[in-house]
Amino acid sequence: MPAGTQTAKPIHGPGARGPRGPRPKVNHPERLLLRLLQKILKNYGAACVVVVLCIVISVLANVQGTLFMQTLIDDYILPLTRQANPDFSGLAHAISRVACFYAVGAAAAYLQTRILVNVSQGTLRNLRNEMFLHMEELPVRYFDTHSHGDIMSTYTNDIDTLRMMISQSIPQFLNSIITIVSVFVSMLRLNIPLTLITLAMIGVTLFSTKKIGSLSAKYFIEQQKSLAAVNGHIEEMMNGQKVVKVFTHEEKSLEDFNRLNDHLYESAKNANTFGNILMPVNAQIGNISYVLCAIAGGILALNGVGGFTLGGLASFLTFNKSFSQPINQLSMQLNNIVMALAGSERIFRLLDEKPETDNGYVTLVCAKKENGVLTETEERTGLWAWKHIHQADGSVDYVELKGDVVFDDVDFGYNPDKTVLHNVDLYATPGQKIAFVGSTGAGKTTITNLINRFYDIQDGKIRYDGININKIKKADLRHSLGIVLQDTHLFTATVMENIRYGKLDATDEEVIAAAKLANADAFIQQLPDGYQTLLTGDGANLSQGQRQLLAIARAAIADPPVLILDEATSSIDTRTEKIVQDGMDKLMAGRTTFVIAHRLSTVKNSDCIIVLEQGRVIERGNHDQLIAAKGKYYQLYTGNLAET
Amino acid sequence: MLKTLGAQIKEFKKDSLITPVFMMLEVIMETIIPLMMASIIDDGVEAGNLRHIYVTGAFMAAAACFSLFCGVMGGKFGAKASTGFARNLRKAMYENIQTFSFSNIDKFSTAGLVTRLTTDVTNLQNAYQMLLRMCVRSPFTLICAMAMAFFISPKLAVIYLSAVIVLGTILAVITVNAHRYFLQAFPKYDDLNASVQENVSAIRVVKAYVREDYEKQKFTAASQNIYRMFQKAENILAFNNPAMMLTVYSCIIAISWLGAKMIVGSTLSTGELMSLLSYCMNIMMSLMMLSMVFVMLTMSIASAERICEVLTETSDIVNPENPEYEIADGSISFSHVTFRYNKTSAAPVLSDINLSIKSGETIGIIGGTGSSKSSLVSLISRLYDVDEGSVSVGGKDVRSYDLDTLRNEVAVVLQNNVLFSGTIYDNLRWGDPNATDEECRHACALACADEFIERLPDKYHTYIEQGGTNVSGGQKQRLCIARALLKKPKILILDDSTSAVDTATDAKIRKAFAEEIPGTTKLIIAQRISSVQNADRIIVLNNGVIDGFGTHEELLAQNEIYRDVYESQTGGSGDFDEGGVS
Repeated sequence: MPAGTQTAKPIHGPGARGPRGPRPKVNHPERLLLRLLQKILKNYGAACVVVVLCIVISVLANVQGTLFMQTLIDDYILPLTRQANPDFSGLAHAISRVACFYAVGAAAAYLQTRILVNVSQGTLRNLRNEMFLHMEELPVRYFDTHSHGDIMSTYTNDIDTLRMMISQSIPQFLNSIITIVSVFVSMLRLNIPLTLITLAMIGVTLFSTKKIGSLSAKYFIEQQKSLAAVNGHIEEMMNGQKVVKVFTHEEKSLEDFNRLNDHLYESAKNANTFGNILMPVNAQIGNISYVLCAIAGGILALNGVGGFTLGGLASFLTFNKSFSQPINQLSMQLNNIVMALAGSERIFRLLDEKPETDNGYVTLVCAKKENGVLTETEERTGLWAWKHIHQADGSVDYVELKGDVVFDDVDFGYNPDKTVLHNVDLYATPGQKIAFVGSTGAGKTTITNLINRFYDIQDGKIRYDGININKIKKADLRHSLGIVLQDTHLFTATVMENIRYGKLDATDEEVIAAAKLANADAFIQQLPDGYQTLLTGDGANLSQGQRQLLAIARAAIADPPVLILDEATSSIDTRTEKIVQDGMDKLMAGRTTFVIAHRLSTVKNSDCIIVLEQGRVIERGNHDQLIAAKGKYYQLYTGNLAET
Repeated sequence: MLKTLGAQIKEFKKDSLITPVFMMLEVIMETIIPLMMASIIDDGVEAGNLRHIYVTGAFMAAAACFSLFCGVMGGKFGAKASTGFARNLRKAMYENIQTFSFSNIDKFSTAGLVTRLTTDVTNLQNAYQMLLRMCVRSPFTLICAMAMAFFISPKLAVIYLSAVIVLGTILAVITVNAHRYFLQAFPKYDDLNASVQENVSAIRVVKAYVREDYEKQKFTAASQNIYRMFQKAENILAFNNPAMMLTVYSCIIAISWLGAKMIVGSTLSTGELMSLLSYCMNIMMSLMMLSMVFVMLTMSIASAERICEVLTETSDIVNPENPEYEIADGSISFSHVTFRYNKTSAAPVLSDINLSIKSGETIGIIGGTGSSKSSLVSLISRLYDVDEGSVSVGGKDVRSYDLDTLRNEVAVVLQNNVLFSGTIYDNLRWGDPNATDEECRHACALACADEFIERLPDKYHTYIEQGGTNVSGGQKQRLCIARALLKKPKILILDDSTSAVDTATDAKIRKAFAEEIPGTTKLIIAQRISSVQNADRIIVLNNGVIDGFGTHEELLAQNEIYRDVYESQTGGSGDFDEGGVS
């Protein structure tokens, strides 16, 4: 990510997974790897085979080039120096052959990276799509029980590490392995004693890497801890910086910060020192290995032991250099792969989430009424009916969509063992306005989650126009309901498109009409580009009240017979509230409406007010009746509530 | 920018200078090894001199060991210099932020400041370390190896030189082009993730309108678009490796051919040919490294710029030269005050405000959102400075007082209030570090916070989590009021500070104020009429101008806005939830 985008959108998830430090723990890495490989191979099987072939070819081309040094020195240079009239044609021939191998190697390397781009980017695209498509099918419960930051980090961090793994770590890992094997075989063929020396020095390298690793682990953990402390402090104090100013607490704040900052410096210095040391140590052990082989090889070549030649020494020394590097890198690549597997574990967890089930079979159709009998029709009549195909005998019933909602002894809990609503009964005839009141946590918002089946009830029945809502197809059920939520959510799009979200085929005129109904037209006209103004960041450039008005307009254009309104509690001032309220009133006219009420004016003229406390209906009736009863509603209403 | 950042190296100058020296020494030792290798071959193996092999071998081993030492030292000092630099940067920024006025803070935003202090500093720390180590190592290796090549055979070295120029150009072209595509792709990628974010948080809306398929379609299209863009960028990068390989291979072929001829012609030795081939790898690898380092450094430029913004920002509110340290009383007066947050915007937030408040008075302030209630009171403790006119406290312009004195005498309970991690006592003592337990409890009693504190398991020693997440909104507000009371200020400003407190408790707090701190001037901003109607006088603000100023009865009779608000709220608290929240 370019650093420039960080301030604007801090959505890149928790960046806590640092590049260094101890290797992450993953359960069953082989299963994850297998599953991931399946995903890749399904679409890019042939490509992957080509990539592996290309890696083999480019490694072998390199190895034969190194082996050629032996031939060059032993078979051409040394004999030629002894000739009076050296003939270079043999050498020219040999060199052009090597050049051909090299060319093939370079071409293979190009092909490999080029194909890998398609494989890695393509796999990522497929995974991303699969994740998103699957996510859209997940029940609301998933989003309520998982932190949004974590979900996002699956799309950002985990996908990013996966990209690294597919495009770099795995091919490099393969490359290293193939290089190690082919170089090792070549070395053995050239000289066995020197190979043993090389192996011994590799042993030393591995030992030192492990030693430094275990020594540094302590410091890295400490660095991580003090970094977390400093970041935590920064976050807290920057959030409270205005309070710091008001209380003239600057000195103290600085003092605390300096202490933490100095501590971080100490641990970061130690951790980084170890991090920096590893590379030169390994490089120089490699050099010492080179030196030892040079000395031993020199002696062997000098004495011609086992037919070891000068050319052989030259080739061997080059191999010696190219042997330690892939071995040193193996552990890093393995680390990256494990890290990416940890990420893919989270991706798979998302993909394994159970999607929302829908066993409904009652659908919503356009209808017309002839002689009092409902029949289905293709055209939009404005009249809707539930098409109920009876499972027993296949006969079809049509029931007019009216907006008649009944709760019959409903029990519900977000967790099966903790019931939030107990024995709730309620009855709303078409066009009625039902208001829910009660203190926070009484279960008001929960009711809105049930009618549209964001959550399913545990016991009892909810009937819509006499039909059990479990029998209605979810999409059709939701089409027949309009919701205006407490936190309005707008999308990155124009105002026009945001309102049109309620009815995708609405014309501009319909959108404007809906905005007028919701009292939103006036402020939209004043926006820089009117209805074409682009909203970003959940409508960050609008006030709370304005966003609420857009949400009302969005519900208005959908024109559903039943409405669920969750009033905004946040501090809209009294005057804006009036406008919003007015918009809501216009929307409610003629529809069955459930209102989660926070304001008096909404409640007063409701047909029925339901007072909830701890998940139970404790009072019901209209305003006057409840005031007369002098119960909980009376207390809430007059505000003479003792603190709980 | 470099100057600003460079100034923060401070005590780590020595380490910053030593690191490159060690890196260079390491490189020199490394480049000597292949040369000695040539000597082993030529003067040892070919000449049949065993002793020479031993002696040169020993020298090589010594060089490797010295190189190891230098590498370790370079790593050590490099780590010290870069982490120290990071520490100084954080400290300098933090220090400067402490001098920031409210408008400075607004300008950067909290999130902006946090990013600068955390991610950006880490980026610069890594960049600085790279600058001291890799940025020295790579070019220096290139130069040394090249010099060695010229030393061995100027004729053959020319091949390397031209190869470096060719490969360098190719790498530069690839990098620049790919970077351009990446710059286009990254914002799109961010947009895609932002749309996922939208879907996650607005899932209820998506599901309620049955728009899953619509969203899927949108996402798939965007995702395909991103696939194409990244593919384009990475396809360019795919040339990197083969270009490097081709160059190295061409060099090897050319050197093998020409070298063989020269050896036969006795102008080059076998050992020299071998060392030349080894320098070839050194040169090309370091060139590759250099291009990578370059890309990484350019990525940190944005961070460097953002850090510099904080370091060079100067507070627009500073202490006067000969400040007053004594505030006579709690009287306040505004005279023709005009104020705007953004100095370039035409419409002022407050215009031509004239007010006179006597010491000890209780003043209510009411008005709609955006009517500038908070702006009005923030001028009193000089959280912002006026554009025109003047604000006086105790008969003197606020700009003549020492800032600490002024803010200690004018206590503000901010609308977005914050408690800090620590015990309740710790938090309360922000108001007065020397307050006794007795005084703390008294302040809590005034703010009606004592009742709930007493019910907590650890009472006043209860640990408040970061951001005060373990107390309710109403409890938080009361603790904040108590904290401000401990300052024993001459003026107390409550900016919508009892909105989450139920009406009865709200009334109790106001009663306590009237009885216990009658001498303190009290300004109370509220949404609820009931919170202000008993005040001595009430200010009605509307769009940055004073619409009315008088007692409850006067305003009810004369002021239309006040009457409107009053009527809409009569009959109760106006909000059902609040009783239950606290």
